[in-house]
Amino acid sequence: MDDFLVIDHVTKSFGSHRAVDDVSLSVAQGEAFSLLGPSGCGKTTLLRMIAGFERPDSGRILVGGQDITTLPPEQRPVNTVFQNYALFPHLSVWENVAFGLRMSRRPREEIRSGVDRMLELVRLGEQARKRPAQLSGGQRQRVAIARALVNRPQVLLLDEPLAALDLKLRQHMLMELNTIHEQVGTTFIYVTHDQGEAMSLSDRIAVMNAGKVEQIDSPEHLYETPRSSFVATFIGDANFFTGTVVELQHEGYVRVMVEGLGSPLVLSNGTISSHQTLRLMVRPEKISLTLKRPLSGDRVNAFAGVVEDIAYFGSHTRYRIRAGEHHIIAQLQRSRFSGGEIAPERGAEVWMSFHPDEGRVVLLEDAA
Amino acid sequence: MRRSWLPSLITLAVIVFLFAPLVVLVANSFNASRFGGEWEGFTWNWYEKLWEADEVWESLWITVKIALSASFTAMILGTLAAYALHRFRSWLQDVHSLLITLPLVMPDILMGMSLLALFVLTGVETGLLTIWIAHVTFCLSFVTMVVLGRLQDFDFTLIDAARDLGATRVQALKKVLLPLLLPGVLAGGLLAFTLSIDDYVITFFVSGPGTTTLPLRVASMMKTSRSLPVINALSTLLIASTFILAALSFRLQRRA
Repeated sequence: MDDFLVIDHVTKSFGSHRAVDDVSLSVAQGEAFSLLGPSGCGKTTLLRMIAGFERPDSGRILVGGQDITTLPPEQRPVNTVFQNYALFPHLSVWENVAFGLRMSRRPREEIRSGVDRMLELVRLGEQARKRPAQLSGGQRQRVAIARALVNRPQVLLLDEPLAALDLKLRQHMLMELNTIHEQVGTTFIYVTHDQGEAMSLSDRIAVMNAGKVEQIDSPEHLYETPRSSFVATFIGDANFFTGTVVELQHEGYVRVMVEGLGSPLVLSNGTISSHQTLRLMVRPEKISLTLKRPLSGDRVNAFAGVVEDIAYFGSHTRYRIRAGEHHIIAQLQRSRFSGGEIAPERGAEVWMSFHPDEGRVVLLEDAA
Repeated sequence: MRRSWLPSLITLAVIVFLFAPLVVLVANSFNASRFGGEWEGFTWNWYEKLWEADEVWESLWITVKIALSASFTAMILGTLAAYALHRFRSWLQDVHSLLITLPLVMPDILMGMSLLALFVLTGVETGLLTIWIAHVTFCLSFVTMVVLGRLQDFDFTLIDAARDLGATRVQALKKVLLPLLLPGVLAGGLLAFTLSIDDYVITFFVSGPGTTTLPLRVASMMKTSRSLPVINALSTLLIASTFILAALSFRLQRRA
C-alpha cells in the first residue's frame, strides 16, 4: 500500500476529553477515503489536525513523506471544503476561487486560466460574477470545491460535504463528487456521519467511535464482515444474538446455541477455535421468511417467530418478528411473500432462515 | 376587518411631539421677527448675519477637527477593543468590558469633572488636546459596541478558510475580516462623529481658551437675544446635515 497521507499515533485532548485517541491510518495517493462516525467521535478533530487548525498532542501527520504536523494551515499542501462552505460573502464567485492563487502570488495569466478552467470543471462558468449569496446550495458547494481544488492540493479534505443539501440534491452531488474525484485524481478525505454517503463515495472507510478507529476497510467488507457490533450497527442494520459454541464442525463451521431460538445455529467462521460465548450478527435482508419450515437439512438456520410489526417502504418491506426473547428485523425486497405467495400479517407465525455464511461473528467473549 | 385608526393617530402624535419644535425653529430662522413670536415675513437676513459671524465658523472648524480626529481614533481603538473582547475570555477581559461600557452609562457631568481633575493633576493644559482625549474616551465605547455586534455575527470559519487557502494570519484578517467588518466600523465611526459634534457637557469641562467648540459657542450666544435668530439659522443648517449623516449611517448599517 502506498502510504501517501499517514496519520501516525495521533492523540488530541480538549481538557480531560480525548477527542482523538492514538489514531493511526494511511491513505494511498488518489484514494477516496472516508472518516465515518457519529458526532463527537473525533473525525472532525482529526480532519482539523490534517488541515492544520489543531495541533496534535502527540503523533505525526505526513503527506507525501513530508512531516506537516507543526506547519501552519497556509503552508500545507492540503485544502478544505468546509461544512458550511465558508465562501467569502464579499467576493464574487470568481474572486473566491482565485483567492488561493492570489495568496500564493501566481502570475495574473495563470490565475485567470486556472480559475476559468476550474469553474468550467464544476460547471459554474456562467455564475462567475455572482456573489455566493445569489447561488443555490449545490452551486455554493461546487464553488467551495473549485476554490479548494484550484490550488492543486495533494489532499482535499471535505467536511460533511453533503450535510447542508436536501435529499434530491445530495444524491446528485454524490455522483458529481465521484466524477470530480475521477477527473482530478487528487486524494479525497471525506468526513461524514452518514454511512450511505461514505459507502458510495469512498474506496475505503475508517469507522471511528469515541476517538478511536474501530475498523478500516472497503465499504463491502465493512458491511459484510464488520469486526465489532458498533461497526455492524453503524453501517446498515443488524440483528444480534449472543450464543455459546456447542460444536466445532469440519470445514470451519461451528454450531452455536442461542437461547430462545430452538435448534443451534450453524455459522461459518474460521476464527473460532474453542467452545466459547460469542456475539453474532445477521443483516435483515439476509433473512428469508417462509410459512413452513424450510427443508434444506442442517446447513440452513431456521427458527420460528410471530410477526409483531410490518413497515412498508415501497422498494422493500420490513418485519419485526418475535422469537423467544429476541426481536428480529427481516427485510424483504418483494412485498409478496416469496415462499407461499402471501404476505404474513401481524400475529402470523413465520419461519425465518438464513445461510450459515450470512451470519457473522462480531465479538468474541471469553466463555464464562 | 376594519382597520383601527388608533395606531395611525398615535404615530401622528409622536411625530408631532418630536418634530414640532424643529419645525418652529426652522420657520423662525426665516422669520423677519427678531423674537419669533409672530410671523413678520420671509427673510434671508439671519443667514447673512450667520455668514458674517466669523467666531461661529471658527468654532465649527474646531468642532469638525475634533469630531473627525476623535471618531477616527475611536474607530481604530474601538475595533481593536471589540476584537479583543470577542476573541479572548479572561477576568481581565471582564474588567475591559466593564471599562468600555462604563462611559455609556456614566453621567456626562461626572466624566467631564473627572477628566478635568485628571488634567489639572497631571498639569496638562486644557485645549484641543484635552478635548480630543475626552471625546475619544466616550466615542470609543460606542464604536466598540457597534463593532462587537458585527463580530458576533461574523463566521470565523471564514478565517480558517482564508488560512487554508494560503493566507497568513495577518493576511486573513486584512482580506476577510476587515472588509466584512468595515460597514460596522464606519457605522460606529459615524455614530461617534455625531456624538462628538454636539457634545456640550464634557467639552465644557475640558476646553480651554481659544478652543470654543460649536455647542459651547451656541450656548454662550444664547445669553444675548440679539443673536437668537442667528442660532436658529445655524441650527437649521445643522439639522439638515445631521439628517444626511443619519441617513448615511442607516444605509451603512443595513448593508452590513
